[in-house]
Amino acid sequence: MTYIAKPKFHHPNLPRNDLGLTRRDYEGSMSTLCAGCGHDSVTAAIVEACFELNLPAHKVAKMSGIGCSSKTPTYFLSKSHGFNSVHGRMPSVATGANLANNELKYIGVSGDGDTASIGFGQFAHAVRRQVDMLYVVENNGTYGLTKGQFSATNDRVSVGRKGQVNAFESIDLVSIAIQLGASFVARGFSGDKDQLVPLMKAALSHKGFAFIDVISPCVTFNNHGGSTKSFEFVRDHEHTVTGADYVPHRDEITADYAEGSVLDVTLHDESRVRLRKLDATYDPSDRAAALQYMMEHQAKDEVVTGLLYLNTGDDELKEKMDVTAAPLNSLGAAELRPDMATLEKINAGLR
Amino acid sequence: MKTNDFVIKFANVNGSGSASANALFAKAIFRMGVPVAPKNIFPSNIQGLPTWFEVRVNDKGHLGRRDGIDMMVAMNPQSWDQDVAAIVPGGYLLYDSTFIREIDRDDIKTIGVPLTKLCNERFTIPRERQLFKNVAYVGALTALLDMDFEVVKGMISEQFRGKDKAIAPNIDALNLGREYALKYFDCPLDIRVATSDAVGDQILIEGNAAAGLGCVFAGATVAAWYPITPSTSVAEAFEKYCHQLRIEPDTGKKKFAIVQAEDELAAIGMAIGANWNGARAFTATSGPGISLMSEFLGLAYFAEVPVLLFNIQRGGPSTGMPTRTQQSDIISCAYASHGDTKHVLLFPSDPTECFDFAMQGFDLSDGLQTPVIVMSDLDLGMNDWTTAPFKIEDGVELNRGKVLDAEQLDEIGRFGRYLDVDGDGIPYRTYPGTHPEKGAFFTRGTSHDEYAVYTEDGKVNARVMRRLSHKFETAKTLVPAPEFGQAEQGSTMGLIHFGTTAIAVPEAMELLADRQIHLDTMRLRAFPFSKEVEDFIHSHEKVFVVEQNRDAQMRSLLVNECGIDPARLVPILNFDGFPITAVAIADMVTEQLGEGEDAGEQAQGGFAAE
Ligand SMILES: Cc1ncc(C[n+]2csc(CCOP(=O)(O)OP(=O)(O)O)c2C)c(N)n1
Ligand code: SF4
Ligand SMILES: [Mg+2]
Repeated sequence: MTYIAKPKFHHPNLPRNDLGLTRRDYEGSMSTLCAGCGHDSVTAAIVEACFELNLPAHKVAKMSGIGCSSKTPTYFLSKSHGFNSVHGRMPSVATGANLANNELKYIGVSGDGDTASIGFGQFAHAVRRQVDMLYVVENNGTYGLTKGQFSATNDRVSVGRKGQVNAFESIDLVSIAIQLGASFVARGFSGDKDQLVPLMKAALSHKGFAFIDVISPCVTFNNHGGSTKSFEFVRDHEHTVTGADYVPHRDEITADYAEGSVLDVTLHDESRVRLRKLDATYDPSDRAAALQYMMEHQAKDEVVTGLLYLNTGDDELKEKMDVTAAPLNSLGAAELRPDMATLEKINAGLR
Repeated sequence: MKTNDFVIKFANVNGSGSASANALFAKAIFRMGVPVAPKNIFPSNIQGLPTWFEVRVNDKGHLGRRDGIDMMVAMNPQSWDQDVAAIVPGGYLLYDSTFIREIDRDDIKTIGVPLTKLCNERFTIPRERQLFKNVAYVGALTALLDMDFEVVKGMISEQFRGKDKAIAPNIDALNLGREYALKYFDCPLDIRVATSDAVGDQILIEGNAAAGLGCVFAGATVAAWYPITPSTSVAEAFEKYCHQLRIEPDTGKKKFAIVQAEDELAAIGMAIGANWNGARAFTATSGPGISLMSEFLGLAYFAEVPVLLFNIQRGGPSTGMPTRTQQSDIISCAYASHGDTKHVLLFPSDPTECFDFAMQGFDLSDGLQTPVIVMSDLDLGMNDWTTAPFKIEDGVELNRGKVLDAEQLDEIGRFGRYLDVDGDGIPYRTYPGTHPEKGAFFTRGTSHDEYAVYTEDGKVNARVMRRLSHKFETAKTLVPAPEFGQAEQGSTMGLIHFGTTAIAVPEAMELLADRQIHLDTMRLRAFPFSKEVEDFIHSHEKVFVVEQNRDAQMRSLLVNECGIDPARLVPILNFDGFPITAVAIADMVTEQLGEGEDAGEQAQGGFAAE
């Protein structure tokens, strides 16, 4: 595999966002993933979301672990710093980075192996600490980079490429995230950009731990008939429970909706997410009900997608820890280092 | 007569509240101006098992651990036999004579004080009866050892300032023991304490507390850690001092963030993430934690992310002896992680150096953009040491090394994160968010070129690896230099030591000089080894290397890194989990030289088992 630089010429008529930037400005280097890999669509959705949100790229930090999915931060936002860490441990690196400076937006990209196996502990703790970040799992039910072993998110009913039966219970990351207190939990499908982009925009505007489990088929190792993470299976079994529209704060909401089917939630930056309830009984603010719903529909082999849980009332990590507003990495000796007179008092107390 | 030169040992039951009374005793002697070395010898247990507190009192500042107990305060029936056996002939046994005990030695002097009886008569609450027994024996000791009673009383008042109600009963308990001793024994004994000025301006503090304080003064803002003996108190001290020194006055908010991580894998991940993002961050751990952190250490080495670690070494391998001391992680830390990795190590030998190395460690780590591990140990970390006061220079900015800001980025052409611009092997870095157009790069553990771009070109990777070696050469010129001790006429033989062994070395050299053995000494303070280290070895025919591990790990590192003929480096080893003694060093050296008659049995790591 080699690094291929994308030619950076701009078509003069490319649409520009409020910062005067085009979509090309949010891209990264050329993907080296397999042609048709779901992960590339997720990359495209991230580019689109950042473009539409007018994010200054240098105020974004891209974090990842190891895997095909974890490689993707190279393929978007080339003007952002990125950190491709070790397998399963992006959550801790993101936590530390966040504590050093939470004025940046953190986009973490991980895989199902990276998050649900080797990094399961770190994932759980990043969730419960409410680290302020967008955490995307590109979930293909397999270890793509090591050539197709089962991952822990495989459903009980799924069968491997060579007919191997999956004997073990699957880990549903959405349920885990809801249970451990993530304040924004969604599931998307790499094949449904119209759904994924608004979810990402809302997640990026949310303060706290925003989790998106994106079913992102591995065309090389897990897109066959027995897989429950194939394009075909997800298309046939997707059950969208909420549609989410992202509404920037200055825009009026004009469309008409049937009474009781719409829920507007104001996010921390005053933008709103408009939830269209496709299942009228679903309440995305009720943790217990959401969990029950996931279990019931999973039992029917359905893949529930949409914005599944949202709580704008919880503090994020730095608030929970009562840390000063200024980024810790901006403080110098004057703010951090007491003087010799103070040290002499400490000495005196030790005599 | 042993004035200001004795070892006293307290045998207690873990969890019986003896710790604060024992600490009070040691601090009182220190306040009288006499150097002390208190040591906790504690079990891996919260309540019930035997625990000891040993205090060496020495006017000359010979404060290494010493065998032979001059006075035993035996408060624990469980360990009675071994405690009585440990007393030197002519020494003293102080015990609770409420209970009849068999004492099968006639070469020691016994002092029975009915502590339980006295306390039961005076106090009514069961917990008080228990706790004040400890205070009462300190009271008895003030009379027996001729301690300044006003000093001791003053310390009680200090300790309970704000809880004034507790002062009177504590003084009462002190008096109970003191008056009994004055009435029934010929006070003071022939071992005693006399007011001195030997302490000078020194302070009494644990290495871990000093390290935590050093991190505050170094400008550390993020700490991530996972509890493990004996390192826990580093993070706790950092937190304590941060609460004193780092709260924003107007908002009450913290200028620091401390995370008790889910494990060591995460603790170092957080520290690396924070450092990568421009905050000074550290973690503290012990051997098992270092093992878990190894993969991340390799990433930080290769991706060139600064991070500071404190390894408070304990007895290994595996869970080993978690409450005993050793210097047995030298190799595992020097080369931690897979592939060709090397790390900068610092070896503090007293709490003052724990403080200084916290500050220098951050400067080195930022300066070299690589992990730095401060190699302390349980003896240094968890015991109070008589040590020089802390010093800093006012008005100095934090030295963050080669970090480019937005203006500097504007001035240069293409930014190359891993480009060796200055020829010292150290490239420039940028923090995320610095500049809208320039300076962003992708940090990765996979092979990369000078512009941080992924590559599988073996030649490029070899070039990067060679530059990292070159950077390590630069490190040799920046790390703390070794310290030398010269035998009177200079010697053909040398002795190398490091860390907590240093406290025993001057005394060992005196013992050896009495035997007509003269050695030049060198105290290593850092890895990689500078040229001076090699020169010292080359200028001596035979060099003893003293260390507190089984496999002579520092010797291996010297042989390997400096290309030394192994035959020239003679290992002197102690690995029983107790701090090495001057006598052990002197005897092992003597034995190696074939000159000692009585040294033989103790050659490797042995002294009286306890
Ligand atoms: C400590 C460690 N163990 C194993 C590996 C090998 N490894 C690399 S990627 C990977 C699995 C990746 O799976 P996933 O996170 O699902 O990503 P995908 O490739 O499917 O996107 C493994 C096991 C490694 N890099 N590090
Ligand atoms: S192996 Fe699978 S996950 Fe990896 S790039 Fe190819 S299709 Fe994508
Ligand atoms: Mg996968």
